[in-house]
Amino acid sequence: MSERNFWIGYKTIVRKEVTRILRIWGQTIVPPAITMTLYFIIFGELIGRRIGQMDGFTYMQYIVPGLVIMSVITNSYGNMVSSFFGDKFGMHIEELLISPLPNWIILAGYVTGALTRGLLVGAVVMAVSLFFTRIEVQNPLIMVSVLILTAIVFALAGMVNAIFAQKFDDIAIIPTFVLAPLTYLGGVFYTISLLPEFWQNVSVFNPILYMVNGFRLGMLGVSDVSLTMTYGVIITAGALLFMWCLVLLHRGTGLRS
Amino acid sequence: MVIDFRGRLLHIVRMHALEVSDLRKTYKNGVEALKGVSLTVAEGDFFALLGPNGAGKSTLIGIISSLVNTTSGDARVFGTSVRTERSKAMSYIGLVPQELNFNQFEKPLDIVVNQAGYYGIPRNVALERGEKYLKQLNLWDKADKVSRTLSGGMKRRLMIARAMMNEPRLLILDEPTAGVDIEIRRSMWEFVRGINEGGTTVILTTHYLEEAENLCRNIAIIDHGEIVQNTDMKSLLATLDIETFVLDLREPIRDCPQLEGMDIVKIDDTTLEASLPKKKSLNNLFAELDGQGVHVLSMRNKANRLEELFLGLVEKGALQSESTP
Repeated sequence: MSERNFWIGYKTIVRKEVTRILRIWGQTIVPPAITMTLYFIIFGELIGRRIGQMDGFTYMQYIVPGLVIMSVITNSYGNMVSSFFGDKFGMHIEELLISPLPNWIILAGYVTGALTRGLLVGAVVMAVSLFFTRIEVQNPLIMVSVLILTAIVFALAGMVNAIFAQKFDDIAIIPTFVLAPLTYLGGVFYTISLLPEFWQNVSVFNPILYMVNGFRLGMLGVSDVSLTMTYGVIITAGALLFMWCLVLLHRGTGLRS
Repeated sequence: MVIDFRGRLLHIVRMHALEVSDLRKTYKNGVEALKGVSLTVAEGDFFALLGPNGAGKSTLIGIISSLVNTTSGDARVFGTSVRTERSKAMSYIGLVPQELNFNQFEKPLDIVVNQAGYYGIPRNVALERGEKYLKQLNLWDKADKVSRTLSGGMKRRLMIARAMMNEPRLLILDEPTAGVDIEIRRSMWEFVRGINEGGTTVILTTHYLEEAENLCRNIAIIDHGEIVQNTDMKSLLATLDIETFVLDLREPIRDCPQLEGMDIVKIDDTTLEASLPKKKSLNNLFAELDGQGVHVLSMRNKANRLEELFLGLVEKGALQSESTP
C-alpha cells in the first residue's frame, strides 16, 4: 500500500469517527455543555463569590481553564474508549483488522476522532464560560498546544483501556476510579499552594496537574508548575502510550485471537 | 508468467491463490483448533472448505484473513505471507464472515464506501463501486436506509457487496447463505458464480452441501483440526459406490420385498428405501420389484450425494478419535 493509500485510509477512519460524533451530538456534545454550565453556576457563581480571589483572579476566572481541560480530557478519553470498544464489541473492528492498513494508521485515525470531540467540547465549554466571565488569553500558542497534546494523551490512554476491555463495565472502571479522582485532584478547582506540604508533594505525581496548569498558564498566565515540566510530562506520557498502543495492536491483544 | 532474458515465453505458471502449510493453532484455553493443516487452492478455483461445527474452518479462515494469530506454520495468499507481509496479503482478500459484523446503525452505502477507503480506494471510485455492487445485489434502493432495518438476506448480501469493494483476487465466503431463503440463496450463487467466472478465486464454507456440490470444483473436508479429504469434486463423488433412493408405491404393500444384492427397507405401506451399488442398473430394481407385484409411482434420491460422503468421512473421523486413547 502506498502513502497515498494510507492517507485515504486515515481520512476514511476520521470521517467515520467525526460522522459518528455529529450523528449522536445529543450524547457527545450536549451533556458536557450542561454539566459545565452547572459547574460554572454552582462553583463559579454561588460558591466562588464567597471564596474570593485565587492567584489574582476571580474564582470564576480561575476555574475556567480547569473546567475546559477537564472536559477535553473526559471527552477525548470517552470518545476513544466508547468508539473503539463499541467497534470491538460489535465486531466492526474486523473491517479494519482485515484491511491492509497498518496499525499506526488505525491508531492515528481513532486518535484524530477523539481529538476532534475533545476540541469540539472544549470549544463549547469555552463558549459557555463567556456567559459568566471574560478572560484575556495570555498565550494562545501554549493554550492550544497543551490542549491538543492533552487530548492526544487521553485518546491514547482510552485506546489502551478499550483494547483490554472485554465488557462494558471495563470501560467505566478507569474513568470512574482513576480518571475522575486524578482530574479533581489535579488543580482544576484550586492551586496546590493551598494544600498542606505533604499533599503538595503527592500532587506533583499527578500528571493531570501539569496539563491543567499548563493550560491555565496559557490562558491566565499563572501556574503551579513550570512550563518545561508541563511539556515534558505530556510528551513523555504521549510517547509511552503511543508505543504501548502500537505494541498491543501489533500483538493483536484483545483483537486477534 | 516467466520470460527468459531473450524475451521468449517459457511457460505460464498458474500461481496458487492460497497455500497453507503445516498450520497449527492452539488457543489460550488449550483447544487445539488446527493440527498441521496444509492445502493449496489454485488461482481461479471455486473451492469448498467443509467440516462440521467446531472442525476448525473458521479458525483457518481467521488465520488467512489475519484475524487469528497462528501458533506455527504459514498461509500465503498469491505467494505473499500473511505472517510477514500482512498488509500486502490482505490487499488480495475479500472476506464475508459468518457473523454479521458491520455497524447496524450505519447506512449500507457508507459501510461499503468506508470499507473501500480502508483499502486506499479514493472516495469517488468507492462511490461508483458501491453503487455497482449494491445494484448487483439488489440493495441499491436500501443504500440510504439504516442497515439495522434490512432483512436477514439483505444483511448477508450487504456483506458480500462490502467484500467486493476492493475487487479481491481471493474471495472467502464463510457460510454466506446461512439462514437465507432458497430464492435469495440462488441469486447469491449466481452472483458469486459470475464473480468466479470473472477470474476471482472463491473459497466457500457452507453447511448446505448441495451448494458446495453445485458451485465448487475442488473440495477440502476438515474435521477435528485436520484435513480428512482434499480432492476435486468429481473424484470425490465418484468414490460413492452406493446410492439410496426413496420409492413411492402405487399401491400399499404388507411385506417388504427382498431383492438380491440390494438393501430394501420399508418406510411405510407406500414408501420403500432402496440402497444399491452404482454398478447395478435401476432397470434391474424396477424389473425385480415388478416381478413381486410392487409398482413404483415415483422415485427420488434419498440425500444429496456429497452429504452422504461428508457424513461418512466425518463419522469415520469421530470413530477414530474415540478409539484414540
